Amino acid sequence: MNHKYLTITQALDGLKKKEFTSVELTQMYLKRIKAVEPKVKSFVTVTDEEAIKGAKEADAKRAHGNNAPLLGIPLSIKDNFSTDGIRTTASSKVLDEYVAPYDATVVTKLKDAGMVMLGKTNMDAFAHGSSTETSDYGSSRNPWNTDHLPGGSSGGAAASVAADEAVAAIGSETAGSIRQPASWCGVVGLKPTYGRVSRYGVIAMGSSLDSPGPITKTVEDSALLLQVLAGKDPRDATTSPTGVPDYLKNLKGDIHGLKIGISNDYFEGVDEEVKAQVEKELKVYEQLGAKIKKIKLFHPKYAIALYTILQRAEVSSNLARLDGIRYGNDRSYFGEEAKRRIMLGTYTLSAGYYDQFYNKALKVRTVIIEDFKKAFADVDVIIGPTSPTTSLPIGATENQSMFGELADVLVEPSSIAGLCGINVPCGFSDAGLPIGMQIIGPQFAEERILNVAYKYEQETVWHERRPSL
Amino acid sequence: MPNNKLTPIIGLEVHVELKTNSKMFCSCSADYFGKEPNGHTCPVCLGLPGALPVPNKKAIDWCIKIALSLNCKINEFSKFDRKNYFYPDLSKGYQISQFDLPFGYEGYIELASGKKIGITRVHMEEDTGKLSHQDINGQRASLIDFNRSGVPLVEIVTEPDFNDALEVKEYLQKLQQIVRYLDVSNADMDKGEMRLEPNISLSTDPKKLPNYKVEVKNINSFKFVEKAINYETKRQDEILAKGETPAQETRGWDENKQKTFSQRSKEDAHDYRYFPEPDIPPIVTTKEQISTLQKEVPELPDKKVKRFEKEFGLSFYDAEILTRDKPLANFFEEAVKEGQEQKLNPKDIANFIINKKTDTSTTTPLALVKQITASKQTVAVDEKELAKIIEEVITENEKAVTDYKAGKEASLMFLLGQVMKKLARKADTNLIKDTLKKRLSYSDK
Repeated sequence: MNHKYLTITQALDGLKKKEFTSVELTQMYLKRIKAVEPKVKSFVTVTDEEAIKGAKEADAKRAHGNNAPLLGIPLSIKDNFSTDGIRTTASSKVLDEYVAPYDATVVTKLKDAGMVMLGKTNMDAFAHGSSTETSDYGSSRNPWNTDHLPGGSSGGAAASVAADEAVAAIGSETAGSIRQPASWCGVVGLKPTYGRVSRYGVIAMGSSLDSPGPITKTVEDSALLLQVLAGKDPRDATTSPTGVPDYLKNLKGDIHGLKIGISNDYFEGVDEEVKAQVEKELKVYEQLGAKIKKIKLFHPKYAIALYTILQRAEVSSNLARLDGIRYGNDRSYFGEEAKRRIMLGTYTLSAGYYDQFYNKALKVRTVIIEDFKKAFADVDVIIGPTSPTTSLPIGATENQSMFGELADVLVEPSSIAGLCGINVPCGFSDAGLPIGMQIIGPQFAEERILNVAYKYEQETVWHERRPSL
Repeated sequence: MPNNKLTPIIGLEVHVELKTNSKMFCSCSADYFGKEPNGHTCPVCLGLPGALPVPNKKAIDWCIKIALSLNCKINEFSKFDRKNYFYPDLSKGYQISQFDLPFGYEGYIELASGKKIGITRVHMEEDTGKLSHQDINGQRASLIDFNRSGVPLVEIVTEPDFNDALEVKEYLQKLQQIVRYLDVSNADMDKGEMRLEPNISLSTDPKKLPNYKVEVKNINSFKFVEKAINYETKRQDEILAKGETPAQETRGWDENKQKTFSQRSKEDAHDYRYFPEPDIPPIVTTKEQISTLQKEVPELPDKKVKRFEKEFGLSFYDAEILTRDKPLANFFEEAVKEGQEQKLNPKDIANFIINKKTDTSTTTPLALVKQITASKQTVAVDEKELAKIIEEVITENEKAVTDYKAGKEASLMFLLGQVMKKLARKADTNLIKDTLKKRLSYSDK
């Protein structure tokens, strides 16, 4: 089977119509990975054998009338999802030889839905970063310009989709780690509401923020994957019992009268090119009958301070289990960024500093949550740029310990508030790099933001452009 | 003993292991004692990357019941926190515990003297794994068994209200009794199901805390805690007598040497960097839920003693013995019920159980009542008939009578036996003996 650019919907269609088998499809992707991987470096581990085996099983199941929602669809999984029997490193040498003895709930759900796993994608080590440059296995590259970064931490995941090394990818976001790389790589990235998708088995970064989610070529694929992932997990006490709607049902629904909130602060300090493009694209919504409304939100810069404290504190505690006794490599294998975060987190939680930092951050978090609640009383969604810039060149993060926070300034407030958000491609810079726009909704409003994203996507052509590799 | 100007000020931390079927945060069996190492483990209690804790509702309910039984107030809004420290038996690098919002707070246990020992807090946490250091193929090796990792623990902390080891011992006995009454823990000291940590210091003013405190860690017997306290009191008294202040430190109890020894000084004290456990949402317990749990708390020993005294006319001494454990108290009450028809006096039942040390596991209350009734078959003995038989026996056994009167006590028993034989049925031996003795004391024969 020759290389063919396929969405999940198209691939499922081809499988159902017997245009190709899952084995053929999987082989096509493995071939594609072999061809472009030296340039893109999306994967830490490619699981050829397991993939072919899985594809064979999927074909056999389909022959027996099985119609699971992702049956035979080859996906890439971010390397912080525990995968039974397969190395799970979170892109850190500390876990270089760690083979998880169990599957993350997300992986279990995907397997039950019939997916074929192609491999584990590269990321910033322990998801600490927004570039993949903190990965101990080298940074991934942006398929649109391989001298540039894919963003992060789910950089390998976003690159694998943009480079068409997988039909779609599973990533995770703490604050920006899905939306920002999706923006830089020109693909769709959905960060679900905190508690919508189980964190069980995902190597924790900021436990009160981590949200697994899909990175896809289209909004429809995003809805399709979220359908499989979402729901209460008895193994994750922070998942919500809120009912899971049929995300495809209202996907194409009319958005006439939709109220879109725009905050000036979210355009401040943003690259002129990015700013102008997002502002221009908002007209598409006006043409669709939506109303643009200026709103006032807390300046996103406050979120950086607060996010840095909360997340570092949780990181310092979460990484304590990698104590050098049971996982092969000891703590000297931690990279610079992990060490910095452990130290900062330890400091902010120390006696005498807790009230000054962590406790205060928790209070500010409540203020930010209230701020968004107030905003959503007046508008249905909030739209703004996803990242202040387009993809930056390799090496941009050198000596920039706050790089991630600055790159994620526009996504951190909504992450802190546990809201859902989705990045959709909304244009290209003069240099040919993708520009992304994010649509933020209240908690558990995935159905709404998918609908709003879908309507825009259908009116535009950005998602149809392909990088030449 | 301390010199008379100094008063021991003692506080106590007690860990009680709950006997839930599953562990605190996963579904592994909590029954770890004597099991194949690491057989009862999963990603959660092994603390594998990505694994998440889900709290055990029963354990929380039981913790609240303990708190209620200790007269505590209950935090309707409570939460778990992470206590961060490194130790190889701690699988996650932190222990899930409770910091500022424990399930229970501000309670007390009342001692027999009427003195109340304040309970500062009752909180829920998880147990750690267990290290063992062995020689394996000639090499020293440290092994970790995570079977105990994640077993639910309730920690009960008192105010520094004790002034001697005996008060501590009484408190511990009461606490052990209460958790056993609640049927939430076997509180078996030998199995480490109850672990004790006294804080000891000496003060010139009993109302004022001194500027140091010595903690003795992980003692697993009431007797050892008593010895450790007495040893510490003496040791600290000697230091203070020299005008010095004992070091603030953690010590252990060495049963072989009969002394405490220094384990960790204040300088090495941990900063546990507590913060709210983000993996577990706050726990809300409504007033209704609390009152339901309160209703499930059985009558506790103190109340039972008072009721037994009042309802059955028992002495405090008897009532206290009979309420030491719930099965015994229940057995006694059952027996009283069974004995009603025969108009058995509850006091007699109590005496019988206590004196005969009745094994309640091998007999039934009904059987016990029959036993007592049989031994009291006195009604059938006609006084005249008895007098007649006694006369016969005295006549027929002159030598024994003479011997008895000469001071040979055993002869009385012989004569008694003869009377019983003639009587040919069960009778109250004491009554017959008394009658016989009385008759023999007459001077005419």
